[in-house]
Amino acid sequence: MKIIAFAAFAALVPLVAAGATPSKVSVTMPGDLSFAFKPGPGSQAATTYCLICHSSAYVSTQPPLDRAHWDAEVTKMRKAFGATIPDKDAAEIVDYLTASYGKAP
Amino acid sequence: MPSSRRSFLAGSAAAVLGGALAAPASAQQMVRGVFANGDRPLIAFPQKRPLMVLTPRPPQLETPFAVFDQGAFTPNDAFFVRWHLAEIPAGIDAATHRIRVSGAVGKPFTLSMADLQRMPAVEIAAVNQCSGNSRGFFEPRPAGGQWQDGAMGNALWRGVRLKDVLDRAGLAAGAKQVQFNGLDKPTLPGTPDFLKSLDVDVARGDDVIVAYAMNGKPLPLLNGFPVRLVVPGWYSTYWVKMLSDITVLDHVDDQFWMKTAYRIPDTPNHSVAPTEGGFATIPINRMVVRSFVTNIADGASLKAGRTAVRGIAFDGGSGIESVEVSSDGGTTWTPAALETDYGKYSFRRWNAAVNLDAGKTYVLACRAFGNDGGAQTATPIWNPGGYMRNVIQQYKVSVA
Ligand code: HEC
Repeated sequence: MKIIAFAAFAALVPLVAAGATPSKVSVTMPGDLSFAFKPGPGSQAATTYCLICHSSAYVSTQPPLDRAHWDAEVTKMRKAFGATIPDKDAAEIVDYLTASYGKAP
Repeated sequence: MPSSRRSFLAGSAAAVLGGALAAPASAQQMVRGVFANGDRPLIAFPQKRPLMVLTPRPPQLETPFAVFDQGAFTPNDAFFVRWHLAEIPAGIDAATHRIRVSGAVGKPFTLSMADLQRMPAVEIAAVNQCSGNSRGFFEPRPAGGQWQDGAMGNALWRGVRLKDVLDRAGLAAGAKQVQFNGLDKPTLPGTPDFLKSLDVDVARGDDVIVAYAMNGKPLPLLNGFPVRLVVPGWYSTYWVKMLSDITVLDHVDDQFWMKTAYRIPDTPNHSVAPTEGGFATIPINRMVVRSFVTNIADGASLKAGRTAVRGIAFDGGSGIESVEVSSDGGTTWTPAALETDYGKYSFRRWNAAVNLDAGKTYVLACRAFGNDGGAQTATPIWNPGGYMRNVIQQYKVSVA
C-alpha cells in the first residue's frame, strides 16, 4: 500500500531560464493522498486492486450506489480500463463496495 | 441535501475521502458537501492555492465558488484541474518539448515551443468547463467525477491558430478528423491512452488555438504546461493538456475516449429519462448557456433592503444576449446589467438588485440567454454521463 503523507505539501521548483518564460518546471505532488478504504470484509481486495490507477477517493466520493451500479463500475474497470482482477476478488469487491459505499437496490 | 452553503469551511477533514486518515489532518480545511459524500478537503497542489480535492491521484481539483465573484477571469492558481490518467510528468522542459504533426498530411513535421513563439499569436478569452461540471447535482446521481459547480474557469489564452499549424503540414484529401494526444499516460497497459478528436472543419476554425500562455503567464503544469489545445465554446474534454501529438485521421476516431466515453444522447436538450435505454448518442461538443449568482450562496442569511445580486454567464460561443434575475423563484424576471464584454467565449459578468423584506424567505434565481437563442432549462436535464447541466440556478435565502 501507498504511504500516506497528508501534510507533505507541494514543493514547486521552477528553474527559471533566462527571460520571462520558465523553460523547466518540475513539481512534487502532495504526499500520496490515497486514503485507506473503509475497513470491512473485502477491503483487502479493494486495497490490492483498486489503488493501482487512482486514489480511493474515486470510490468514496461517489454517491451511495446500489449493487448493480457498483458491479457496473468494477466491470468497467476490468473491461474498459484493463484492471486485472481475478473473478473471485472482483465479486468480493462488489460485495464490499455495496456494503461499505452502497445503498440497498 | 437541500441547502448548499458553498463557502462554508470546516476546521477538520476527518474521514473526508472515505477512509481512516493515516496521518493527522492538522489544520486541514474543507468545503462542506452540498450532496452526499460531497465534503472536499482544501489542499494546495503545485502552483495552486488550496483547492477542493475530488481525487488526489490523478489530480482533480475544484475551484471554490467564491473565486468566481472576484472577476471575469479565473486566476491560474485557482483554476480547476482534471486529469483522467495518473501518469503525469512531474517535470517538463519546455525547451525540449515537441509537438509531432503527422497522419493524413502532406508534410509531417515537429514543432518546438520556439517554433510556436515565432508564429503569429492570437489571444482569446474563453471559458474552459468540464463536461461533467455540476454532475453531483444530477438526480438520480450517476457515477463519475462528483463536481459541484466549480469545474470551470475563464482565462485569456495566448497561442497560435491550430489552422496555421495544420496548413503548414497540409491536410491530405481524405482528412476527416484531427486527433490530439498529451504527455499523460495510463498506469496499466490495458487502459486506453487519453486521445480526443475534432472534425477537420472544427479543428480548422479561426478560434481553436494551441496555447502556451494563460492569463499572461505560462500554464501551470497541472493545466497543461507547456502547451495545450484551447477549443473555445467546447467542453474541456477536447482541450488536451501537455499537447504532444496532432494526428490527422482519414477516418472518424473510434477509440475509447471518442466512441464510448463523453457521449451524449442525441435527444432534445441531450436529456433522457433515467430508465430509458436504446437512444442514439453523439460525442459531446459545444457548451450550453449557463449563469450563476456569485455573491450570494444558496442558504444565505441576508439583511433587508435593496440587495446587490451579481454573477457570471457564458455559453458555447454565441455570446451572452441577456441575463435576468428573479426573487420569486422564477415567476417574474427583471433584466440584469451586463458588464465588460471580453468576447463571445468569455465569462460575462452581470449586476442586478432585488428588494428584500425582513422576516421573509426568498428564492433568488438567474437565467441567461445566448445570442443564438440558447436558454437554460427550467427543470434539470438528465443523462447517464451527468453532462451538460444548465438548469436555472435557484438560491434560497432568508432575510433578517
Ligand atoms: C487499470 C486502471 C484502473 C484500475 C485498476 C481501477 N480503475 Fe477505477 N478508474 C480508472 C480510470 C482510468 C478512471 C477514470 C476515467 C475517467 O477519467 O473518465 C477510473 C474511475 C473510477 C471511478 C469513477 C467513476 C467512473 O466510472 O469514471 C470509480 C468509482 C472507480 N474508478 C472505481 C474503481 C474500483 C472500485 C476499482 C477496483 C475494482 C478500480 N476503480 C480500479 C482506472 C482504473
